[in-house]
Amino acid sequence: MGVLSEFFKGLRVTGRVLVDTVTGDGLVTTKYPEEFRHKPQRFHGRHVLNRYPDGMEKCIGCELCAGACPARCIYVRGADNPPDEPVSPGERFGYVYEINMLRCIFCGLCVEACPTEAITMSSLFEMSTWNREDAIYTRDELLMRPDGSVPHMFPDDPLARHKELETADGWLRATAPSGVAAYEGVPGWQGTPGRANWDPEPDQETRDA
Amino acid sequence: MDGIDVLFVIGRVLAVFVLLLVVTILNVWLERKILADMQNRVGPDRAGPWGILQTVADGLKLFFKEQVTPRKVEYGLYILAPFLAVIPAFLMFMVVPFGRPITIGGRQVPLQGADLNIGLLFILAMSSIAVYAVVLAGWSSGSKYPLLGGVRATAQAISYEAAMGLAMVSVVMFSATAGPDGTLSLAAIVERQAGTYDVTIPFLQWADFIPRWNLWPQFVAFVIFLIAIVAETNRAPFDLVEAEQELVGGFHTEYSGMRFAMYFLAEYVNVFSMSAICATLFLGGWTGPTFDGQIPGLLSALLPFVWFLIKTYAIIFLFFWIRATLPRMRYDQLMQLGWKRLIPGALIWLMVSTVAIAFRQFGPPWS
Repeated sequence: MGVLSEFFKGLRVTGRVLVDTVTGDGLVTTKYPEEFRHKPQRFHGRHVLNRYPDGMEKCIGCELCAGACPARCIYVRGADNPPDEPVSPGERFGYVYEINMLRCIFCGLCVEACPTEAITMSSLFEMSTWNREDAIYTRDELLMRPDGSVPHMFPDDPLARHKELETADGWLRATAPSGVAAYEGVPGWQGTPGRANWDPEPDQETRDA
Repeated sequence: MDGIDVLFVIGRVLAVFVLLLVVTILNVWLERKILADMQNRVGPDRAGPWGILQTVADGLKLFFKEQVTPRKVEYGLYILAPFLAVIPAFLMFMVVPFGRPITIGGRQVPLQGADLNIGLLFILAMSSIAVYAVVLAGWSSGSKYPLLGGVRATAQAISYEAAMGLAMVSVVMFSATAGPDGTLSLAAIVERQAGTYDVTIPFLQWADFIPRWNLWPQFVAFVIFLIAIVAETNRAPFDLVEAEQELVGGFHTEYSGMRFAMYFLAEYVNVFSMSAICATLFLGGWTGPTFDGQIPGLLSALLPFVWFLIKTYAIIFLFFWIRATLPRMRYDQLMQLGWKRLIPGALIWLMVSTVAIAFRQFGPPWS
């Protein structure tokens, strides 16, 4: 009779799951293109080149990210800032900035290497392309707009989710207007592009206390 | 028999054909949906409302796919095998009554493909032919996985057909006591299950709503029959014939396009037919409360069909439920269950019910 009782035990498990799912509690999958799952805070998604709130680019063209990259997928060429119309607060800026997303392993070492927190990772993950050339993201696609939103690789594509890109990156507000390390910005984390919103982190004083 | 009768016959056969196709479309979707619900998933929900047209989309896709024919196949048998699967599957349902006989213009029209007086034998014969489809497909594909699937199918079908037949025999014997003589006609077997028990024991009077189904006196035969039809239709946990993990789909590995679709269709038609046969033999087929005079005429003509569908789908749901629950059996376990449990069990039950029927008919031997 052991087999029979095991049989009914199994039927009870699947039956209970059926009831749970039909009543709506047990469902664990989401209807992906329409529904998004909440992404974790440290999600390694598409890269973003950040700006300071005053519109200046954070990247100083130092190529440390390219050096740290284990996949050798970042290509940077720095150039001197034009004196009358500087692009970044430093001496130089990232004149050419390319990331080959096909080679990138999304390890985040470039983010760790960056001295000015210019490159960060967003929560965007939809990066499929029709050909290999399109997978190389250049300055045009990586650099955030002055309002903090991120450009899309194919803005006219019907699958492009522009709403996803509108969330300004948290780094825009959390760091100093000109890269001064002592500056404590307003601790208003509002998430990153890719619909990943999380609760604001406490500022430094609250955290250290 | 005049021309109108011939038309009625054609109409009946067409009705059965269309019914089977429609319920197959529904059943594939239903199975995927129920399986999804039992695994905390959503299931198909893109094509049509609740994804109900998913099967139509799948069928269309298969229809337009290339029918790849490997070089090593035995061509004639390779082409024949899918037809051997589909045709018996449809023929099997032809003898199952799916509603009370209706009267149109003074003519009695039984709602079944054909009321054969050897209905049950016909069903056994057709389900045996369906085995040929699997065996021939396995052999003619000229590939080792289909061959293994075919070999498994032979052994499995033979061992479970015996248990199924023995379970049927005890039902036929029991149903012979309810009428003037023994019969293999499914229509007669259904009619003999109509009505409810008239309880004579005073304090059990409340139980007079229990229908006169063969399920109660033949419960052991019902369980054996249920296990046997799951094995007969090659469904989990007895789907060794088409085990995806070990045999890459088994006998239909080398089939693609419409030829594969025919196997798929045959499997689901078989599931429906076998469930319908089970409902007919044990759950009283189309019999049920008639609500005489309380509902309009058309509805009351349709009501037996509704009872039939409800009973059949109850068993189909059990099929899906078992599929979602049990892992596939090992080959030796399958053989042991068939030869060491089911067939002896069915034989013992056959003897027990023979003795019981004899007692009822002739009285105890000592009197």
